[in-house]
Amino acid sequence: MLDLKTFNNQIKVTWCPGCGDYGILNAVKSALAQLEIHPHEVIFFSGIGCGSKLPDYMNANAFTTIHGRALPVAMGTKLANHDLNVICITGDGDGYGIGGNHFLNILRRNPDIVHIAENNMVYGLTKGQYAPTSERGFITSTTPEGSIEIAFNPLTTAINGGALFVARGFSGDPKHLAKLIMAAIQHKGYALVDVLQPCVIYNKINTYEYYRERVYKLEEAGHNPADRDAAWHKAQEWGEKIPIGILYQVEGQPTYEEQVSELKAGPIAKRILQPLTRAQADALRQEFF
Amino acid sequence: MTIRLGGEAGQGVESGGAGFAGALSHGGLWLHTYTEYMSRIRGGLNFFQIRVADHPLWAHTEGVHVLLAFSPEAVTDYGPHIVQGGALMFDDSLKFDHDAVTRRNVQLFGMPLTKIAQELGGNKIMANTCGLGALAGIIEYPFEFVADIIKKNFARKGDVVVQGNLKVAEEGYKVGRDKYAGAFDWKVSPLGERPDRMLINGNQAIGMGAIAAGCRFMSGYPMTPASSILEYIASHAKKFDIVVKQTEDEIAAILFAIGAGNAGARALTATSGGGFSLMVEALGLAGMAEVPVVIVEAQRPGPSTGMPTKTEQGDLLFALFASQGEFPRIVLAPGTQEECFLTAVRAFNLAEKWQCPVIVMTEFYLTTMMRTLLPTEFPIERVQIDRGELLTAEQLDRLGEPYLRYRDTPSGISPRAFPGHPKAVHQACSDEHDEYGHFEDEDQANRLKMAGKRWRKFQNIVEDLHEPTLYGPEGAGITLMGWGSTYGAMREAVDMLNASGTRANLLHFVDIWPFPEAKATPLIEAARQLVAVEGNQSGQFAHLVRAMTGRRADRMILRWDGRPLSPEYIIEKLEEAKVHA
Repeated sequence: MLDLKTFNNQIKVTWCPGCGDYGILNAVKSALAQLEIHPHEVIFFSGIGCGSKLPDYMNANAFTTIHGRALPVAMGTKLANHDLNVICITGDGDGYGIGGNHFLNILRRNPDIVHIAENNMVYGLTKGQYAPTSERGFITSTTPEGSIEIAFNPLTTAINGGALFVARGFSGDPKHLAKLIMAAIQHKGYALVDVLQPCVIYNKINTYEYYRERVYKLEEAGHNPADRDAAWHKAQEWGEKIPIGILYQVEGQPTYEEQVSELKAGPIAKRILQPLTRAQADALRQEFF
Repeated sequence: MTIRLGGEAGQGVESGGAGFAGALSHGGLWLHTYTEYMSRIRGGLNFFQIRVADHPLWAHTEGVHVLLAFSPEAVTDYGPHIVQGGALMFDDSLKFDHDAVTRRNVQLFGMPLTKIAQELGGNKIMANTCGLGALAGIIEYPFEFVADIIKKNFARKGDVVVQGNLKVAEEGYKVGRDKYAGAFDWKVSPLGERPDRMLINGNQAIGMGAIAAGCRFMSGYPMTPASSILEYIASHAKKFDIVVKQTEDEIAAILFAIGAGNAGARALTATSGGGFSLMVEALGLAGMAEVPVVIVEAQRPGPSTGMPTKTEQGDLLFALFASQGEFPRIVLAPGTQEECFLTAVRAFNLAEKWQCPVIVMTEFYLTTMMRTLLPTEFPIERVQIDRGELLTAEQLDRLGEPYLRYRDTPSGISPRAFPGHPKAVHQACSDEHDEYGHFEDEDQANRLKMAGKRWRKFQNIVEDLHEPTLYGPEGAGITLMGWGSTYGAMREAVDMLNASGTRANLLHFVDIWPFPEAKATPLIEAARQLVAVEGNQSGQFAHLVRAMTGRRADRMILRWDGRPLSPEYIIEKLEEAKVHA
């Protein structure tokens, strides 16, 4: 196990006191340390939002991108250098709203990418508007009479869309969350970890207390993650009881990058570039004779 | 002379035309081909035309000498383009108003094309081949060249198909020659010198340049007229180790390329104006995070969906200033196939050297227009690959101080390291950041330092850019000024003007942004009458030149009806405006 300090840097964290993102940051560092993945062997991608600052607070490679776009940038990097461990950090509005099309498409591609979605069910950094995952009736500055839309369910969408690792964590239980993140990193293929993350300022409904009263661990409840129907059922459980843990996992399927024939000889980013040979050049030109 | 094939989509207008062009090219002739099609897959009206000469050609010209029409609409729409004494070739069964054609002194060359196809080839689909055979007969071009192309093009369909087409073409040739050759004034003969030449369009030349430059990644979303670049690269991906990804939209297309570019692969995406609109936010990301990426913007007429299969140069100022804030970018606009090749290579080198997005602008006309060119115009094996200031693994191993991805340097260029080396852990960042790459979106001094670093890059890029090409006599009374794919039309217009005693020259810009002010201004100021020639409604490049140099174009020749500029169009507009040297 690596020293947790390996992943510390000097940057002052700007999240609000009590923010659910602290638990996620600690869980991410713990998972990497336990798996002995060094800072240079991993690259984080994030979008925009409170949680998207997470990579800035760690000593590791990162690319902090634009709102909703972590997933496609991460895909490009994975296809260029699949030797890197790729972890995406998105918010709920970021990952499921503005970036929704990328989310739908990564599900059916199965790249070996971990996707941690910090789901606080509200827009925090823009000061409290409703999010795609906000519960129906959620009152905010832009929904003064309550949200009319039903909440987006990332878990059913992921299972339905083709994801082969779908988990839910709770940032109030960082040890359990770290285990989920470790499992996600070790899973070969796309792995979604949706994290229930209280926003202590703008979400007065889905609070730490709210979750502590409701969450239970699937692995302690006899759930079989290989059972797609059971996973589908658990993904819809909400209210009195909220399941956390691995809902669905199928192992042994090829990743996207394993099926790209041009990558069989290793990452393309590592090839030495040199002009083509005369024979190659002639072949290209002769196509047009 | 100019030969045009016209008919519905699906009638083999383009494939037949390309085949006939091959037959002419193999005879040593020089070609310029140009196609116009509707935004539909079957039906409608399309043409493929071939201008053929015994010397290199730069543009299409107005006027068709022989039209091979496969549909009544082709006669109605394209008949008026046939020159006096020219001919309309058609199948006997085609119904149209004969008088309307003959009234214009155009000859009617009707032939039983379908009947011959049915009787000798057993399939009326070969009427097309029969028409091309007849065409060769009428212009008295040796049949052997047509036969060779038929053998080559139909080879994969088997011997029965080859033999059927040969029989049909030969009979068409005999009928055309015996019945009409005597009445038709224009003839085409093979040249004595027949070196191998290429018949290539702009998109193919860009794709070839990208492969030559070591492009390792291409992402894209299909959009006319850019799609054929993605298809060309995809068809060569396995051979040249290029990862190709069709993405969910253009936003993802550019972001995949940015992700790959940041990781160390030379990355390309291609689109048209609509897709480029979607890429705009990510363009700024590449600028801010200093990621090399090459974006081809193959223009078509807007706004919005506009005219999907027509041509225009309406996106120039948009490309120059797209995305919020100020950041270095490079905009290049090749005018010809050989420039497309060289520009693609340069785009990758410039993107990596200056660590910024490079936009290569073409337009529909250049993407589909083909010319015959000597293979030496495409020096694939002799291109220079310059990856800029890139720290090798060995240099990083020896690095004493912490690696700073955005190190503040005199040139503004921060030496790059790809993620993955233990000593080069870093963050690429879309927020304003410090030299490491950490968010620093409050501090004034840091803002000035980092914005200053990026601005220095922008100022220094111009040293790598080229001055405009001057063609024609110095000190001419008229200077045509243009950019991108109007080069050919302007060049032939200049030749025609000088041949008729009007001294004219042209200034053609490939390198547009950062504007090569120091190199271009003396050439612009030397113009006696400066005439801006552009395929748009407002004279966007003329505006840019005025902003950058203070020189206002004396006249503007603009075209925005979706059709490409031709030499005749330029000269006609000069005369209308009474511009005389």
